[in-house]
Amino acid sequence: MENYFVTIFGNNLLAFILIPTAILIYVAVFALYAVLAERKVSAFMQDRIGPNRTGKWGLLQTIMDVVKLMQKEFVAPEFADKGLYNMAPFVVFVATFMGYAVLPFSQIFIGADLNLGLFYFFAITSLGVMGLLMAGWSSHNKYSLYGAMRSVAQIVSYEIPTALSALVVVMIAGTLSMQEIVTSQQGGIQNWYILGGPGGISKLIIIPFMAIAALILFISTLAETNRTPFDIPEADSELVAGVHLEYSGMKFAMFFMAEYAQMFAVSAIVATLFFGGWQSPFGDMIPFLNAPVVQVIWFLIKGLFFVFVQIWLRWTLPRVRVDQLMTMCWKYFIPISLVNIFIIGLYLVL
Amino acid sequence: MAELKTDEMVINMGPQHPSTHGVLRLELLLDGEIVENVKPHIGYLHRCFEKHCEAMTYPQVIPYTDRLDYVNAMSNELGYAIAIEKLLGIEVPERVEYIRVIMAELQRIASHLVAIGTYGNDTGAFTPFLYCFIDREKVLELFEMTCGARMLYNYIWVGGLSHDIPDGFVKKTKEFIKYFRPKIKQLNDLLTFNKIFIERTINIGILPADVAINAGASGPTLRGSGVKFDLRKNDPYSVYHKFDFDIPIGKGELGTVGDCWDRYMVRVREMEESLKIVEQAIDNIPEGDVTSAIPKRIKPVAGEIYSRTEVPKGELGYYIISDGSLNPYRVKVRSPSFVHLSLMNQISRGYMLADVVLVLGSFDVVLGEIDR
Repeated sequence: MENYFVTIFGNNLLAFILIPTAILIYVAVFALYAVLAERKVSAFMQDRIGPNRTGKWGLLQTIMDVVKLMQKEFVAPEFADKGLYNMAPFVVFVATFMGYAVLPFSQIFIGADLNLGLFYFFAITSLGVMGLLMAGWSSHNKYSLYGAMRSVAQIVSYEIPTALSALVVVMIAGTLSMQEIVTSQQGGIQNWYILGGPGGISKLIIIPFMAIAALILFISTLAETNRTPFDIPEADSELVAGVHLEYSGMKFAMFFMAEYAQMFAVSAIVATLFFGGWQSPFGDMIPFLNAPVVQVIWFLIKGLFFVFVQIWLRWTLPRVRVDQLMTMCWKYFIPISLVNIFIIGLYLVL
Repeated sequence: MAELKTDEMVINMGPQHPSTHGVLRLELLLDGEIVENVKPHIGYLHRCFEKHCEAMTYPQVIPYTDRLDYVNAMSNELGYAIAIEKLLGIEVPERVEYIRVIMAELQRIASHLVAIGTYGNDTGAFTPFLYCFIDREKVLELFEMTCGARMLYNYIWVGGLSHDIPDGFVKKTKEFIKYFRPKIKQLNDLLTFNKIFIERTINIGILPADVAINAGASGPTLRGSGVKFDLRKNDPYSVYHKFDFDIPIGKGELGTVGDCWDRYMVRVREMEESLKIVEQAIDNIPEGDVTSAIPKRIKPVAGEIYSRTEVPKGELGYYIISDGSLNPYRVKVRSPSFVHLSLMNQISRGYMLADVVLVLGSFDVVLGEIDR
C-alpha cells in the first residue's frame, strides 16, 4: 500500500503518515456507528425504537455521546495507582488498533503486507490483556479486580482455540500472509475455505471440518472480545461494569471504542480466513466486480455481516458462568480443534 | 513447601445493585469465587406499615396493603379483605368473589412475568425481560380499565369492590387469553429451554423438601422442591374450589429437585394454570351488585384472626387483633419473601458468586414486603 500512496503523492513521509491515519479514521467512524447500530438492532429485536431524536434515525447519537463523555470530569479513586490507571485504556486501544495494520481491505489497501500477517495479528491483540489487567489492578477496587481476573483467564484461555482453528486454514494455504491467503481463494465462492478451498472434488470430505473450524474460530473470537455470551468481565448484573468500574469520561470511551474496534477486527479475520476476504463470490464471471474499490465493499460487507451476528447473539443469549466457560474451552474446543488439525493434515498428506 | 495462605474476602452486594431486586444488602464472605457465608441486611425500605395501621380505620388500611408487595397489589388487598370479612362474619355476593378471583389470577400472571423477566436479566439475557414486560402491559391495561390505576389499585374493599367491571372488560380479557397463550411458548423457546440458561440454573441453590417445610417456605419456592402444597387447594378460600386447575411442582427434570430451574419452571407453569382459571371464570360471572355488602362502618367485635392466602410469592398471612374500636389494635403481616430470604445463607453456601445472584432471583423476593 505504501507504494500506492508514494506513486500518488511522490513523498515517502506523507505516505507513512497517511496510511495509519486512514485506518484510524475508519476505526473511529466504525466504532461510532457500530454503537448506534447495536442500539438500533437491539431495539428492533426487543420491539422498541432505538435512538431516533438526535439527527434523523439517531445518526448523530454517538457523536453527541462522545461530546458528552469528553466534557466529563476525570474522577479517579484516591488510592489508584496513577501511572497504570491512566495508561490502561490506551494500552487496550493501541493493541487493538495495531492489529488493523494487517487486515486486507483490498488487493492494494492493506496497512502492511507482512508475510507473517496472521501470526502478527494474534500476537499483537494479546497485548490487550495487559491493559485490562492494569485497569483492574490500579483501580484499587474489589469489583474491578474480580472483573480483571476473570477477563484475563477468559482471554488467555480462548487464544488457544483461536490459533488452532486458524491453523487449519494456514495448513491448506501454506502461508501466514493475509494477502496470500485471500488470493488463494480467488475464482468464486466455491474456492473459499469454508467450502474447502481451491481443489478438486476431493475437498468435499473436509468441508464439515472446515465448517467446524470456522465455527470454533468465530466463537473463540467472541470470547476474545468479551461479548455475550462471554461478557463476564462486564457482567452488569453482578459486578456493575467490572473492570471499567472506576473509569469515566474519555478513558471509558477508549475502552468502549477498543471493544467495538476489536469486534470488527475479529469479524474481518473470520471473513478473510474462511469467506474469501475481498474476493467477490462471483469470481471471474463478472469482471468489473473485481476492481479494487469494489473489493473494499465486498470486504466490508462480509466483516459487517459478522459484526451483525455478534450483535444478534448478544441480545439473544444469556451469559455463561466463569467455570463453565473454562470447561468449554479446555475440555471441548481445544480437543476438537486438535482433532481438526489432525484430520486436515491427513487430508493434505494423502 | 508451606501451604499458600489465601484470605477470605468480604464483599458487599448492594444496597444499590442492579440485581438485588430492591434495596437489599448482601454481605458475602468469599473464598476466591466460592461463597462461604451470606448475610442479608434488610430494613432499607421499612415504612412502619404495621404501626401505622393502628392509627387508621379498617378501610383506610387497604391502600397501604397495596404497597407491601407492590408488584402484586391485588393479592395483598384480597388477603386483607378476606381477613376482615372473616372477623366481621359477613358474606360477599358471588359476583364479587368471581371478579376478585379473576383479578388475583391476572395479578399472578403479571407478577410471575416480572419474576421471569428479571431472572432472565440476571443471567444476562436482556431480551426476554422486555418481552415479558410487553405482556405485562396488557394485564396492566385491563386493570387500568377497571379501577384507573396500573400498579397500586385500592380496588378490593372489605365487603366488595370499589368499582364494577366496565363494559369492554370481558371481551378484552378474552382477547388477552388468546394473545398470551402462545407467548408462554415463545418464552419457553427463548429462555426456559435455552442450553446456556439451563446450565446456569440447574444444580444450584438446591432446597431440599424437608428444609423448605421446616423453614416455612411456601409458594413456588416450596413447590419447586417437590411438595404439592397450595393454599388455593389445601385451604381453599373465595371460590377457588369451583375451578379446575393443577398445581405444578418441581420434579428435577433437568437437574436436581429443588434447584433454581425447578422454581423458575414452577412459575412458568403457574402462569398457564392461572390463564386456565381466568378462562373458566370470565365466562361465568354471575350478576349482582358489587358494592351492596360493603359495611358503612367497620367495627368488629374484639377478637383476633390469622387469615392466609396464596399470593404469587407464597403464603401471605394477616394476623389482626381488634379491640372493638374503629382502628385495629395490631396488624401483623407474615410475608413470604421474608421467610425465603432467611433461607439464603443455607442454600448459597459452596456455590460461586454468580450463582448467588441467581439463587436470590429464584426466590423472587420483593423488599416491599420484607421490610414493610
